[in-house]
Amino acid sequence: MAPAGALVTAPLVEMRRISKTFGGVHAVEAVDLELRHGEVLGLLGHNGAGKSTLIKVLSGVLMPDSGEILVDGQRVEIRSPRDARAHGIETIYQNLALTDNLDAVANLFLGREIAGRFGFLDDAAMEHAAAGTIARMKLRLPSLHALVSALSGGQRQAVAIARAIHFNARVLIMDEPTAALGPEETRKVGALIRELASQGIGIILISHDIHDVFDLADRLTVMKNGRLVGTCATAEVSKDEVLGMIIAGDLPAALARRHRPVASA
Amino acid sequence: MAVRIERVSLAAGRVASGVGIDPRLLAMLGVLLAIWVVFDLLTGGLFLTARNLFNLSLQVAVVGIMATGMVLIIVSRHIDLSVGSQIGFLGVLGALWQTQWVGINTPTAWWSTCVLMLAAGVLIGAVQGWLVAYGRIPAFVVTLGGLLFLRNAAYQLNDGKTIAPLDDTFQLLGGGINGTLGATGSWLLGLAAVAGIAWSVVQGRRKRSAFGFAVRPPLVDALLVVVWSAAVLGFVAVMNAYKRPQSEIAMGIAIPVVILAGVTLAMTLLATRHRFGRHVYATGGNPESAELAGIDTRKMTVQVFALMGLLCGLAAIVITARLNAAATATGTMTELNVIAAAVIGGTSLAGGIGTIYGAVLGAVVMQSLESGMVLLGVPSPLQKMVLAVVLILAVWLDMAWRRRGRS
Repeated sequence: MAPAGALVTAPLVEMRRISKTFGGVHAVEAVDLELRHGEVLGLLGHNGAGKSTLIKVLSGVLMPDSGEILVDGQRVEIRSPRDARAHGIETIYQNLALTDNLDAVANLFLGREIAGRFGFLDDAAMEHAAAGTIARMKLRLPSLHALVSALSGGQRQAVAIARAIHFNARVLIMDEPTAALGPEETRKVGALIRELASQGIGIILISHDIHDVFDLADRLTVMKNGRLVGTCATAEVSKDEVLGMIIAGDLPAALARRHRPVASA
Repeated sequence: MAVRIERVSLAAGRVASGVGIDPRLLAMLGVLLAIWVVFDLLTGGLFLTARNLFNLSLQVAVVGIMATGMVLIIVSRHIDLSVGSQIGFLGVLGALWQTQWVGINTPTAWWSTCVLMLAAGVLIGAVQGWLVAYGRIPAFVVTLGGLLFLRNAAYQLNDGKTIAPLDDTFQLLGGGINGTLGATGSWLLGLAAVAGIAWSVVQGRRKRSAFGFAVRPPLVDALLVVVWSAAVLGFVAVMNAYKRPQSEIAMGIAIPVVILAGVTLAMTLLATRHRFGRHVYATGGNPESAELAGIDTRKMTVQVFALMGLLCGLAAIVITARLNAAATATGTMTELNVIAAAVIGGTSLAGGIGTIYGAVLGAVVMQSLESGMVLLGVPSPLQKMVLAVVLILAVWLDMAWRRRGRS
C-alpha cells in the first residue's frame, strides 16, 4: 500500500498535542505519542496517569478536545472504534473481549463472520481462514473447535491477537497483555509480540509495571498526571531511570539534555 | 451397579462425541425411552399405542413450537413469561377476525386469520423486546406485565366469551380428523426427510474435504443416515397405524407435527448456521464482548422477542384450530411448560448455552410425563407436583453434568 518516499519515513501513528478534560480535570494534556513501523512501544504510567484516556482517543472510544492524529503522515479523523479499525488500529482489551461459550473460530470472526446469501455462515471457509492466520502467527492451539473457556490464559490472548491480525491490523494496542499470565505463558506471548513486530506491525503495550514491558519494548513513553514525562529508547536507559520517570516524573540526565521540557513548550 | 452404569455411559459418551454426536442427545433419548417403557408397563400397554403416540405428538407440537423460540430468549439472557397469555390473546383475536369480519368458511378466512395472528405476534414480541432493549427494563418485569396485560386484553376483546365454531379450513391446521397427511402423504414426507438427511450429510462431507479438513469415517456417516432414517420412517409407520374412528383409513402425520418439524429445522439452521444465531449465542456468553465486536445487541434483542412472538402466533393457530374454539383462558400456565421444556432440554438460565433439538426433546419428555400420568389416572394437582419435581431434578442433573464436563 505505502508508496515510496515521504510515506515510508513517516511514523505509523503520530498523536500531536492531544488534550482531553473530564469536568474540568485534565485527564490528558498536550501529549505527543509516536509509533513507528515494526516497533513495540511501551506506554507507562501509574493508574490515573492518563495512558488509558490517551489510548481510548486513538482507538476511537473517546473524542479528544484538541490535538490531531496522523496515520502514515496523513491526518485522520477517528470518531468511533469502527473508524479506528478502518485505519488498521485494533485494540485488545484486558478482558480480551472473547465469548467463552463459542470456539476459537467463532471468536475470531465475531461480528465479521463470513456468510453467504441470506446471512448463512460459511463455517468451513472461516475455519480455513482462521487456520491460515494461526499458522502465520506461528501459533499452536489444541483445536480450533475447542471452546474458548477451555483454553489457557496465553491461548486466549493468542486468539484475541489472531482476531486483530486476521483483519489486517497495522497498529495493535494491548492493555496489560501479560498481567494475568504465568512466566511460561508470558514468554510465549512476548515471543508472539516480537514476531508480529518483525512483520511490520506497530504495537503499543500499556502497563503500569515496568517489568512487564522493559524486555519487550523498543521505546518507552512515560506519562504522569496527564502529561508526557518523556520518551526514550529502552536500550539507552536503566530500569531505575524509568522508575524515576514513572514515580517522580524526572527525566534521566542523558535524556534531559536533548529533550525539550514539556512545561515551556 | 451404579458405578458400572456410570462407566458404561461415560464410555458411550466418549464414543458418541468422538463421531460428532452430542452425548447429551443420547442421554435424553435414553431417559425418554425409559419413561415410555415404564409408563407402558404401568398402564398395561396403553402408552405405546398408535393412538396415544398420535395424541402425544399433537400435544408436543404447541409447546415444542414455542420452546424453540424460548431457547434463543434464554440463551440471550432474557426470559419471556408472556407466551401463554400471547397464545390466549392471539387466539381470541384471530377467532374474532374470522367470525366477525370475514366470516367463517369463506375462501379468505383461514389464511387471513393466520397472517393476522402471526403479524400480531411479531408486533407484541417487538414491543416487549423494544422495552427490554431500549427501555432497559428487565425482561422478567416486561413480560410479567405482558402476561397480565395480554390475558386480560383477551378477556376484554370478547367479554370473556368463548368463540366457536371456527372456519373449516382453519381447523385443519389443528390436526383434527381431517388435519393429517394421510398414509401416502406421510410416506412421501418421510421419504423427503430421509433424502434431506442423506443430502445434508453428503454436503457436509463435500464441504469439509474441499478445504482439506478431516471427515468422519464413511461407515459412521452411513450408520448415522440409517439410524435417523429408521427413526423418521418408524414415526411415519406409527402415525399411519392410527386409523380414523370406525374405518381403516390411516390418519398419518398431523399437520401441527409437520409445522413443528419445519420450525425445528428452521430454528436449528438459524441458531447454528446463521449470523443471527451466532450473535445471539455470543451475546448470551458475554454481552460486553459482543458489543465490542460490533454486534448491535439491542436490535438483536428486539428481533429475538419478535421471533418468539411469531412462534407464539404459530402455536396459537395450532391450538385454536385444534380446540375449534378461542377461549380467554387458552394457554394459561403454558409459559411454564415452555420454559421447562427448554431448561430440561439443556438450556442454561445463565445464558449462552442451549440447543433447539434439546428443547423439542424436553417438550416430548414433559408431555410424555403428563400424558402417562393422565393414562394412569393421577389426579391433576399431583401431576403438576410431579412435573415440578422433575423440572428441579433435571436442572440439578444438568448442572452436575456440566461441572463434571469442565473438570
